[in-house]
Amino acid sequence: MSLIEVENLKVHFPVRGGVFQTVKDHVRAVDGVSFSIEQGQTYGLVGESGSGKTTTGRAIIGLNDITSGKVMFEGKDLASVSKKEYIDVRKDIQMIFQDPFSSLNPKKRVADIVAEPLRNYENLSATEERRRVQELMELVGLSPEAIYKYPHEFSGGQRQRIGIARAIALNPKLIIADEPVSALDVSVQAQVLNFMREIQKELNLTYLFISHDLGIIRHMCDHIGIMYKGRYVEHGTAEEIFTNPQHIYTKRLIAAIPDSNPRNREMHYENRKLVKAEYDRLENDFFDDEGLPFSLKSISATHQVALPERG
Amino acid sequence: MNDVLLNIKNLKTSFRIKDDYYAAVDDVSLTVRKNEVLAIVGESGSGKSAFAFSIMGLHTRAKIEGEIDYKGIDLAKTNANQMRKLRGNEMGMIFQDALSALNPLMVVGAQIDEAIFLHNPKSSKSLRKKQVINLLNQVGIPRPEKTYHQYPHELSGGMRQRIVIAMAISNQPELLIADEPTTALDVTIQSQILDLIKELKDTIHAGIILITHDLGVVAEMADRVAVMYAGQIVEIADVYTLMENPQHPYTRSLLNSIPTLNDVKEDLHVIEGVVPSLQKLPRSGCRFSARIPWIDESAHEASPELHEISPGHFVRCTCYKDFYFPEQAEEERNYVAN
Repeated sequence: MSLIEVENLKVHFPVRGGVFQTVKDHVRAVDGVSFSIEQGQTYGLVGESGSGKTTTGRAIIGLNDITSGKVMFEGKDLASVSKKEYIDVRKDIQMIFQDPFSSLNPKKRVADIVAEPLRNYENLSATEERRRVQELMELVGLSPEAIYKYPHEFSGGQRQRIGIARAIALNPKLIIADEPVSALDVSVQAQVLNFMREIQKELNLTYLFISHDLGIIRHMCDHIGIMYKGRYVEHGTAEEIFTNPQHIYTKRLIAAIPDSNPRNREMHYENRKLVKAEYDRLENDFFDDEGLPFSLKSISATHQVALPERG
Repeated sequence: MNDVLLNIKNLKTSFRIKDDYYAAVDDVSLTVRKNEVLAIVGESGSGKSAFAFSIMGLHTRAKIEGEIDYKGIDLAKTNANQMRKLRGNEMGMIFQDALSALNPLMVVGAQIDEAIFLHNPKSSKSLRKKQVINLLNQVGIPRPEKTYHQYPHELSGGMRQRIVIAMAISNQPELLIADEPTTALDVTIQSQILDLIKELKDTIHAGIILITHDLGVVAEMADRVAVMYAGQIVEIADVYTLMENPQHPYTRSLLNSIPTLNDVKEDLHVIEGVVPSLQKLPRSGCRFSARIPWIDESAHEASPELHEISPGHFVRCTCYKDFYFPEQAEEERNYVAN
């Protein structure tokens, strides 16, 4: 059984207006998304800004209300569990945020930041707590003596690792990583990515990895879902998406990634033009009247594409 | 060579912090030719933006030493008045964050109009309007007449960046500085903007300095590349040499640390430590030595200089000769042991 199964998830935000602030319309941020992740795997959610990838992650962890659909986590539906039950589930799902500068409270010491989840769920004495925090610091490769420092005394990569220490404090099963490295420099990115893979093996973690950087997604993920305007356009294994993209949107996204070999420059440029021409030609076929992608159709056991509906 | 547009010699830009000067840009020498894209790569804190701002004269409180020879004028010594005539006229700049580079209270057409008017005060209003519409067309804005009357907040990120580019090229600049022009944009928009800059280069024949941290962008765009680390250029070469035969340990580490689409590696290379802050820069010796501690001290020069190892390919310090990646050495040891 999969660790988490998302079924037809919808998150709509009301648009209010008029004299009485009545609901006029809805923004369909996430509009019918389904996927599942196996234990120990990394699932990549890709899309441009505004595609709904972050909202999906936030809805799973309960930071956005779910409008309809199911989020089955170990057999429990998170969309309909009571608040009380939810508290137990929250322990198993943790989040790593994008910006290590705003996701750590600047007025708290690292010891308090990392210990916060422990204080919420476990009854530890002060010495036990300190020992646990020091263990966690060591696990993320920071010096255990550093727990009495404040976040501003650390570099970006170190801060992100403090965020990771906080996320793994309760031995969660699923970690939602929302653009965990996009605020970091390339050399630090590598450090955090390597480290995330290491602890994944060590602790048998499952990741939902949200990013717009396809190079990083390719490096980290087993399965990938590509989102556009709140819906899926394509879903498959990393191999399928990168070597055999079927949807024109995916093709265009992949063609847009800069090639690291300068000798392919001209070829790449021509290819991008061809893909753009194809996109313009087929745009009306691949998207419905509102410009949204169609529902997914399987083209192999693992590969689904939002192909145009015929007839 | 006659087509040299900008010739910078020993540029040093220092900032004063508590009664002492610290050099954010230290001993940078390079040339930019007409119709060429020179990319400057480096991490945050490497001094690449400080360098660009020095050329444009945008630092208000920095001490600038050395020579910035732009077609016979030394920009390091011009006064504010002369600089104002060049800036936005012969020298254009594209900023990273288009939203903060534009005036939120003015329609975009009027902002571009202003850029033209300031340097041609005698031009007629109707002619300028035509020029603006032409420019908007040139940067690929679909309905220029409509966009002319729109405010920046009404446009998408990619469109805003196009407006900033239109403004930068409004007076046919000979030198264009693009400071991380696509960092804030999505990949598909990034590729459109990069293609646009490429196409513009062929029509306006400007020399372009492209500042970026993205080596993929470098591979797509640049003719020559300068790699900056801690305020210094550590390696400079044409793009093919640099990407295929990098020599300096920093360049090699950087290239090894990015995940690429073509080869999926198990682990990415990690550069130890962090870029030193301005106040903690070592004042002598190889600045990269602290991040490659496994390389012997004797491999570094006492005062590292740029060495020309093949025509047009310069590398700083001698440590590149002895450099190796620790994980490679380990693999080799294992191979021998087995």
